[in-house]
Amino acid sequence: MINIFEVLETNHMIQQENLDVRTITIGISLLDCIDSNLDRLNENIYRKITTIAKDLVPVGQAIEREFGIPIVNKRISVTPIGLIGASACHCPEDFVSIAKTLDAAAKEVGVNFLGGYSALVSKGMTKADEDLIRSIPLALSQTEYICSSVNVGSTKTGIDMNAVRLLGDIIVETANRTKDKDSLGCAKLVVFCNAPDDNPFMAGAFHGVTEGDAVINVGVSGPGVVKNAVEQCKGKDFEVLCETVKKTAFKITRVGQLVAREASRRLGIPFGIIDLSLAPTPAIGDSISDILEQMGLERTGAPGTTAALALLNDQVKKGGVMASSYVGGLSGAFIPVSEDQGMIHAVQAGALSIEKLEAMTCVCSVGLDMIAIPGDTKPTTIAGIIADEMAIGMVNAKTTAVRLIPVIGKDVGEMVEFGGLLGYAPIMPVSRFDCSEFVNRGGRIPAPIHSFKN
Amino acid sequence: MKKYIITVVGKDSVGIIAKVCTYLSENHANILDISQTIVQGYFNMMMIVDPSACEKPMETISDELEQIGDSIGVKIHLQHEDIFNMMHRI
Repeated sequence: MINIFEVLETNHMIQQENLDVRTITIGISLLDCIDSNLDRLNENIYRKITTIAKDLVPVGQAIEREFGIPIVNKRISVTPIGLIGASACHCPEDFVSIAKTLDAAAKEVGVNFLGGYSALVSKGMTKADEDLIRSIPLALSQTEYICSSVNVGSTKTGIDMNAVRLLGDIIVETANRTKDKDSLGCAKLVVFCNAPDDNPFMAGAFHGVTEGDAVINVGVSGPGVVKNAVEQCKGKDFEVLCETVKKTAFKITRVGQLVAREASRRLGIPFGIIDLSLAPTPAIGDSISDILEQMGLERTGAPGTTAALALLNDQVKKGGVMASSYVGGLSGAFIPVSEDQGMIHAVQAGALSIEKLEAMTCVCSVGLDMIAIPGDTKPTTIAGIIADEMAIGMVNAKTTAVRLIPVIGKDVGEMVEFGGLLGYAPIMPVSRFDCSEFVNRGGRIPAPIHSFKN
Repeated sequence: MKKYIITVVGKDSVGIIAKVCTYLSENHANILDISQTIVQGYFNMMMIVDPSACEKPMETISDELEQIGDSIGVKIHLQHEDIFNMMHRI
């Protein structure tokens, strides 16, 4: 039988160390909603989402209550709208009408976010894909709950540089259209390489076309728990450190597995995957950076940071894999700057630069995430940063992503406040050297060779 | 049989166990096990209960236990046992 110390340990994790389930995300296929008439399409989408997801929030709350574990977000992901709207939408404005429908459906069922306003263009863009991408600034400025993502590359196809270049403009335009809210729109737009079909985390969640009609994906969290565990092995060797992280990750993931199983049973929707990600929040003690510093770095960004992060990421997966029957999504440590108190401090102390963050993304998920940059950064420079990050993903056969926020009217050193889980961030400097001739070439970067690995 | 875990955490005082036990007996919840310990000066108690004879829904029991806790200055939580089983048993 359960003993008191185990009970106290679990409750200490929840109450003192911010252990929570970050999200229950229902993935919903909209493929059967497709219609060539835009009004009918919108109607079908609204009806399907509000039917399938109507009990998500109350069921989530009941699970929270019964097990005493907070479930921070309830979300929905849908089939990429670039596909769903292809036959009904003839211009970017048509796509915006779908965004508004999705927003209304999200509001109706009471979820925190709805992802899937997306296009998959890793090899090329259809007219519909391009229209969707061009509609993103308007869609994100006129909706509240919608998140958007674009997959511009993969290990198998290479990188669509036309899309990368276009997204440089789109990100700046989105920033401009939401400038009265510190360019918040860009916090809901992710550019991916090798995007997974079953990621429950925003802003990059969408319901892939290879998935079933509806599925429950769960994202766990718990950096605070890992940090406190790492604190207990101060001065010990790497074997002890790794074992500790692994055991802790196992325990955290088991909670996610329980919640996923219960949500699936109560909603009558199959369980998809657990995403084994360590996702920070701006709350004190809920930080990935704090874990790295606890391992023995003066500041995140110091030499050793990439190795520490690689170790953390790998051990979290090793512990988590055994705790869950199906693992998927992004599964790795997240390093969003604005959402992580320790990262913010590291940037302010001058320890962490975009270039170091880029190196860190080689060994963890997901990429250059929630980084505020000066509002006057050129679109070509943003495209160059995206291209770099996509190349890392393509060559290393991993997911990478870019979520940059050029904050209109603000410059290096100033602070920007996004609020809630999105946090706040100091604006970081970007290289002042130009790459426009490179990114303006157009065309594709071919897929990498899969032999002669070096 | 679904079992629930009640935890009581706070400053030790006279009658904490009595209050909780009285409430449980009034609501036909059977106590299967009680253990307690003092951690860093704080009183920690855990009860394993079988609520299958309870008439009230578990949400109500949970709320009312919380209120009892508030009235005597301790934190009382009611949780389904599975969260502990999942985390600590393979």
